[in-house]
Amino acid sequence: MLLIWNRPGFTEELSEEDRTALFGEVDEIMKELAESGEWVAGQALADPSQTLTVRAVGGKPEIVDGPFMESKEQFAGYLTVDCDSPQRAAEIAARWPDVRFGGVMEVRPIMDEAGTEM
Amino acid sequence: MTGDRTVEDLLRALTPQVLGLLVRRHGQFDRCEDAVQEALLAAATQWPEQGVPDNPRGWLLTVATRRLTDEWRSDSARRTREVAVALREPAYAAMARAADSEPAVADSDDTLTLLFLCCHPALAGSAQVALTLRAVGGLSTAQIARAHLVPEATMSQRIRRAKQRIEAAGARFTMPAPGERDERLRTVLRVLYLIFNEGYTASSGPDLHRAELTGEAIRLARILHGLLPDDGEVAGLLALMLLTDAHRAARLGPDGELVPLAEQDRTRWDATAIAEGVTLITEALTWSPPGPYQLQAAIAAVHAEAPTAAETDWRQIVALYRLLARIAPNPMVTLNQSVAVAMADGPRAGLALLTQLDADERTAGHHRLAAVRGHLLEMAGEPGAARDAYLAAARGTTSLPEQRYLELKAARMTPPR
Repeated sequence: MLLIWNRPGFTEELSEEDRTALFGEVDEIMKELAESGEWVAGQALADPSQTLTVRAVGGKPEIVDGPFMESKEQFAGYLTVDCDSPQRAAEIAARWPDVRFGGVMEVRPIMDEAGTEM
Repeated sequence: MTGDRTVEDLLRALTPQVLGLLVRRHGQFDRCEDAVQEALLAAATQWPEQGVPDNPRGWLLTVATRRLTDEWRSDSARRTREVAVALREPAYAAMARAADSEPAVADSDDTLTLLFLCCHPALAGSAQVALTLRAVGGLSTAQIARAHLVPEATMSQRIRRAKQRIEAAGARFTMPAPGERDERLRTVLRVLYLIFNEGYTASSGPDLHRAELTGEAIRLARILHGLLPDDGEVAGLLALMLLTDAHRAARLGPDGELVPLAEQDRTRWDATAIAEGVTLITEALTWSPPGPYQLQAAIAAVHAEAPTAAETDWRQIVALYRLLARIAPNPMVTLNQSVAVAMADGPRAGLALLTQLDADERTAGHHRLAAVRGHLLEMAGEPGAARDAYLAAARGTTSLPEQRYLELKAARMTPPR
């Protein structure tokens, strides 16, 4: 799974030209992944201002507004790909345009239900 | 339902024959494969209700050929020539009539040629697997997608690209040249083994669709063995699959946890499959030079023949691994060999063999190495070090059942201090 971390709203500060180019790049990567059969799933998340966080306060779950992490970068969405190696997944992540604008991509394997005989 | 089951079995058996005949006649693997899939779909919906036609293969050929000619007609501008050919030659009528009179050997050759085509070296392993399941196995794209836990659209693209790649590589519907044949056959065996493993490693999960892949791999290996009865490695692969699959009922505990070989209830092993596998491999080894699949099957046979884990003939297994390590050296072989050596000569000897894998970049950080090391350290009476190794292995695996198993093993070691 490729986790997309970026600074919320960074696209609003781009020139229209840059913004169009960025979305174009995303479309192109998505099209390529669909054609290669590596595409599995993916979602973009709504703005962090709409986040609710649940945590225990005094031993009881409490619901508070706002994201869990108080960092500049926030979790913005994910892609799931089915590819030959972690290196290939990292290669796809490296092309994601957010990286150029200070975003970070985290590449993590997904646990599966398969087990080998031991 | 038994009726549907019979229809499905019949369709799966006829798939490579019909596709082979079509591709032999028209070329254009890509289009013929699409046409056959449509004919299969039509048959799967009509036959259970209206009954199976007298000549089911002729029926499928007729429907698939009509689809092809329809498509050629609709492509009129670019495809005028093909339409002319198709109309001049009443292909489907001729083939439907000829279906019963053709010698069986032609079908066999076609199935083998199809297998070679689907395992074309221009394709990635995942594409070879998907295409083999569809073109030779007769599975639908939806079934293959479910078995691989990817969306149908993803699998459909993977298959379409694979077919286009085969066309682009200029692959023709003929047997590979004698010089390439052995190499291609090895690829076919690897693809069948991959299909088997995808099903087998996943059969602990909740998704039964994946477990069915083992059955499909065995069915295809059986077909291949029927076509090439004189190939020892084909016999070896089929034996290996049968002997491995025989453990299926015993390898999961009541809560779905994995049960290691040594702790499995051997009365639950499939005696019929074991008998067949043991006979196959024993006979093959008498006339064929031993190859990697035969040796692995022979090892599985030694395990299968031990009435209890304690009575396993570890000396013989060590000897077989030594031979395997010589003809097909591979870090995973060394890993398994170290367990056998530990059982025969004590854990220290096994641990000594493991140290050479620390320097191999293919295995240095691999969780299987840590898991085996934990096991041998436990045998050697070093619970603290064993615990660390089990935990390292648990962090490295991407398999949930395996992770649970390894964490449990770690927890059973006396905690440090």
